Amino acid sequence: MASYPSNLKYTKDHEWIDLAGDKGKVGITDYAQAQLGDVVYIELPDVGAKLKQGQSFGTIESVKAVSELYSPVTGVVAEVNAALKEKPEVVNKDPHGSWMVVITLTNPSEAGALLDAAQYQDLIK
Amino acid sequence: MEQAADAPLKKTPLNARHRASGARMVPFGGWDMPVEFSGLSAEHNAVRTRAGLFDVSHMGEIEIAGKDALAAVQRLSSNDASKLHVGQAHYSGLLSPQGTFVDDLLVYRLAPTHFMLVVNAGNIPKDYAWIAEHVQGVGDAVAVDSSSRYALIAVQGPKALEVLQPLTDVDLAGMKYYWFGHGEVAGARATVSRTGYTGEDGFEVFVPPQSADKLWLAILEAGKACGVIPCGLGARDTLRLEASMRLHGNDIDETTTALEADLGWIVGWKKDDFIGAAALREQKARGLKRKIVGFEMVERGIGRHGYDAWIGDAKAGHVTSGTQTPFLKKAIGMAYLPIEHTAVDTEFDIDIRGRRTRARVVPMPFYKRQK
Repeated sequence: MASYPSNLKYTKDHEWIDLAGDKGKVGITDYAQAQLGDVVYIELPDVGAKLKQGQSFGTIESVKAVSELYSPVTGVVAEVNAALKEKPEVVNKDPHGSWMVVITLTNPSEAGALLDAAQYQDLIK
Repeated sequence: MEQAADAPLKKTPLNARHRASGARMVPFGGWDMPVEFSGLSAEHNAVRTRAGLFDVSHMGEIEIAGKDALAAVQRLSSNDASKLHVGQAHYSGLLSPQGTFVDDLLVYRLAPTHFMLVVNAGNIPKDYAWIAEHVQGVGDAVAVDSSSRYALIAVQGPKALEVLQPLTDVDLAGMKYYWFGHGEVAGARATVSRTGYTGEDGFEVFVPPQSADKLWLAILEAGKACGVIPCGLGARDTLRLEASMRLHGNDIDETTTALEADLGWIVGWKKDDFIGAAALREQKARGLKRKIVGFEMVERGIGRHGYDAWIGDAKAGHVTSGTQTPFLKKAIGMAYLPIEHTAVDTEFDIDIRGRRTRARVVPMPFYKRQK
């Protein structure tokens, strides 16, 4: 049974966000990587890209399919994990430790609408 | 396929068994089929290293019999059926007058004047209508759609023989590749052929539908020690792609000739007239404008079915099949390219969601089993 860290917030699109002040690190959950299968390619935005909550910020391609990545929050892309683009398969091995982008939140109150670990686990039951 | 959007999906005799096993089910060619059981990679690699079990009962069986059955098959099927001994099968094409693929199939010679054509599930009604129409002019030959009389279970992998032999009186070790025999398997009346769609050694077992479940369980039980696992359509596709086997609807269809598909070897050039012969002879004489190639991605990405192929700044062709396969662990596929760009090592680009990504023509098959 996978564990979903309690310090992370989650979305119904199976992303997680690690919030610290006005910045959030974003990745995909264990459930998402299991559904996808072996990840072979990740397309990420440029630094400076403006995102709205729920808007697609990139794509993740597995052997089986290509899926959109949806931003959990509204903000601006502050950092992009280039190393992940080189070795996308680490997402399967360590989904909750593999961050894709760091977003500077422009509307921090949105975080309240995100799911906590318990709520997310209920969702995927 | 030729199916009303709201028609219920057809089920093989093993449907309940697959659902009870927790298989992930998808619609395929009008059938409710298992796409994966334990995971695509695990299933694919089981077949490459041990053995896997496939329910392919959805495939069609069309029998042609009568005094003039051979003449009928020779007319309809591109390969030379007069070369088939009783007990032997071969790969062939049901070609249109343009030399393109109505379907690809296996032709089994059950008796001197009795043939069984094993066709793709999604094409059964179309193929039967085509065959029935064309046997009419031949003489004393009739075609019957016998698909509902057969369940078909495939055991594929280096351990397939070891797993299946204890269950059957048919001599499997003595059976040459693409030959078949009749007998019993797990107590069920069966025809067993040394054929498959994976690039491994293996057997396909035809049984009456009511025997399918018992046979499925018997093979899994017999194969437990070897690690035989059930495999779905997902692995079936990645396995056949590694072996460079064509998929009708992807790599071959009613727009691609046997020569363009690099399947000239299934054409019986020395035969009397057959459907598509004139078109193929003409194309052979004139030369091809395009041909299918195998490719490997050079840059990171997967070239998939339907993506455009570019040579320089011009759209030049398209990808017909492609994925990253679990055994070779490479992104490979097939594409049609202009004939002047089909040499091995030719580099070209594939448009992957707006990004031109480099690929290279490589020889096929991508994978060949040892021995």
